[in-house]
Amino acid sequence: MQTPSTPAIAHQPLALINGRLVDPATGKETRGGVLVVDGVIRDLGAAVVSAMLPSHARAIDCAGDVVAPGLIDMCAFVGEPGAEHRETIATATAAAAAGGVTTILARPDTNPPIDEPAVVDFLLRRARDTGHVRVLPVAALTKRLEGSEIAEIGLLQEAGAVAFSDAAKSLRNAQVMRRVMAYARDFDALVIHHAEDPDLAAEGVMNEGELATRLGLTGIPREAEAIVLDRDIRLVALTGTRYHAGLISTKMSLDAIRAAKKAGLPITCATSINHLTLNENDIGDYRTFLKLAPPLRAEDERRALVTALAEGLIDVIVSDHNPQDVDTKRLPFAEAEYGAIGLETMLSAGLRLVHSGEVKLPRLLAAMSSCPAEILGLPQGRLAVGAPADLIRFDPDEPYVLDPTRLHSRSKNTPFDEAKMQGRVKLTMVAGQVVWEG
Amino acid sequence: MSDLRPIQKFRHRHLLGIEGLSAADIVTLLDMAEDAIEVSRQIEKKRATLRGRTLINLFFEASTRTQSSFELAGKRLGADVMNMSVAMSSVKKGETLIDTAVTLNAMRPDIIVVRHAQAGAVHLLAKKIDCAVVNAGDGAHEHPTQALLDALTIRRNKGRIEGLTVTICGDILHSRVARSNILLLSTLGAHVRAVGPSTLMPVGIERMGVEVCRDMKSALKDADIVMMLRLQRERMSGAFVPSSREYFRSFGLDAEKLGYADKDALVMHPGPMNRGVEIDSSIADGPQSLIREQVEMGVAVRMAVLAALAEHLPNG
Repeated sequence: MQTPSTPAIAHQPLALINGRLVDPATGKETRGGVLVVDGVIRDLGAAVVSAMLPSHARAIDCAGDVVAPGLIDMCAFVGEPGAEHRETIATATAAAAAGGVTTILARPDTNPPIDEPAVVDFLLRRARDTGHVRVLPVAALTKRLEGSEIAEIGLLQEAGAVAFSDAAKSLRNAQVMRRVMAYARDFDALVIHHAEDPDLAAEGVMNEGELATRLGLTGIPREAEAIVLDRDIRLVALTGTRYHAGLISTKMSLDAIRAAKKAGLPITCATSINHLTLNENDIGDYRTFLKLAPPLRAEDERRALVTALAEGLIDVIVSDHNPQDVDTKRLPFAEAEYGAIGLETMLSAGLRLVHSGEVKLPRLLAAMSSCPAEILGLPQGRLAVGAPADLIRFDPDEPYVLDPTRLHSRSKNTPFDEAKMQGRVKLTMVAGQVVWEG
Repeated sequence: MSDLRPIQKFRHRHLLGIEGLSAADIVTLLDMAEDAIEVSRQIEKKRATLRGRTLINLFFEASTRTQSSFELAGKRLGADVMNMSVAMSSVKKGETLIDTAVTLNAMRPDIIVVRHAQAGAVHLLAKKIDCAVVNAGDGAHEHPTQALLDALTIRRNKGRIEGLTVTICGDILHSRVARSNILLLSTLGAHVRAVGPSTLMPVGIERMGVEVCRDMKSALKDADIVMMLRLQRERMSGAFVPSSREYFRSFGLDAEKLGYADKDALVMHPGPMNRGVEIDSSIADGPQSLIREQVEMGVAVRMAVLAALAEHLPNG
């Protein structure tokens, strides 16, 4: 198995030539190349050909493959600190590099959680020393992720946290949520929330409906998501906070987001690659790798998510990468842990929607790069002169069958086990340094 | 007859649920069970179908009647039967399941009968072991031998299943018995109704081919069979139902409510019963009750299932 390299400062100029440049921020496609000097994009377009490169530059012929900004994943669990048996920053970022993801937002539900500036600092240092791609910490909204006391949003932001979230925990108390939002607004901090009413979801383990009834499993109604999202939207109107619905899965939520955006509220939303490409039927014979939070929904809900992605109503696609070891998955469905890995397969899986004609390629890439960059205020995620040279090259058509043993993540709980995939990343570059060549 | 043999080929290696069984599969098992009744009613009840075979009863949930019924069924077919009750409280859940499966597999049993509190647990176990697996109840999912014994009881008393109206009453939400019965009875062409408080009615159950009723009067109208389900006491104190007395008022089967059904309607209950909660004693012990007969049919059906699966055992 190939191992991605660690980015360092790249001195030698490097050019990706003869590519199909796709800039998701503008939707423009051009034939040409990208010249990278000192970790930033120096020049790009049809004029970048081998003849005009500096003599000491390294040229990589992309043979017509897509060249696009590296992907930005707003939700991944990287295992550190505290769950190194499931994942480490080294293995998560190796998976990311192989999947074309150049920036990861690390979830705060680690052990200890990222609710202290020292933990933010730890994560940034570990990422610098062991990571293959950029890792940016998301810090807790509330202390210990307990949903009762506001975390030190100011100090955490100063330490380097780029957003605030209680990960998969939903804030039960509306008063706490209101105060967290109001407080976060003073720092212009982005609040990311997992909207799911914990009382209504209760013992539920999959989507409520006929299939759950047939399988004898307790269902989670779609309303559990919508009720909390509706509440949050009203609190956003009250507080003016920048709010990002971390992972929505239902038509009801889409309707709520549509209305909120129409009203001009500072609201964005994401769904996961799993919710766009899988549905509850994939659970089949109690397959625990398909046990996700929120649960996979029915096919009509999935189709609505795809349409909303194509329209731009859904801003962001996340991998929702959640490595789980075998012991926590080889259990009866109700007892198994939630989550699936996704960093390495996010692009290939997303390309299914492009191949089926449902979503245009620039739109797919925008939801995985320029849109997250804009929400987070990051300079990467676009093809522009002066932008960081976080770039990927991929052949969107190359077919392969996913072999979980070849994945770089420490855990192998992929829902695309043995699935036919199309589209493979051939090169990943972070700050001008090649970290993956497949 | 000396041996219990399927008249038609039974093609399944395990019995994990009614789901996946064809009408022909079900009829094959019921016909074999008829033979098993004859065996059980003789003085010499032993047959050699499973002679030399090992049957393990692996119960992660306590059960008196199902476990003893399987034990008797196995013994009457000549198998060596071992009962294992695994206490769930002392060991971390789940670990027990896989660990126990691997351990038992090493003892080379031929058939394992499993009951577990979690839906899908028996399927998971079946993937980890080599021998035949019989589901004796997994969470709120399935309890196939209960549905088979219910069907056998109905067929012997009504002469058929097709065209009958069967009303299932009570806690459908938590009931594996209800699910297996719905699947089986609709496969054999019965008209199935479900009735109970809406808090105990699973979402989407009508899409399993069930007519959902809101009250006993409409649910029991012209019903041929009234199948009562057990309601656990902890669900009757406000979480799902406010009290047992209110539940009995609405859904408990008494003479008045039974009067809505067909005059020849028969009453069933998988046991154990909460007398005075879901069923009045006078009904449970009355002339329309099949409850005691269900127990006898239980042994016969389990003999039939074990014998059918024996066809696929190595060197069988």
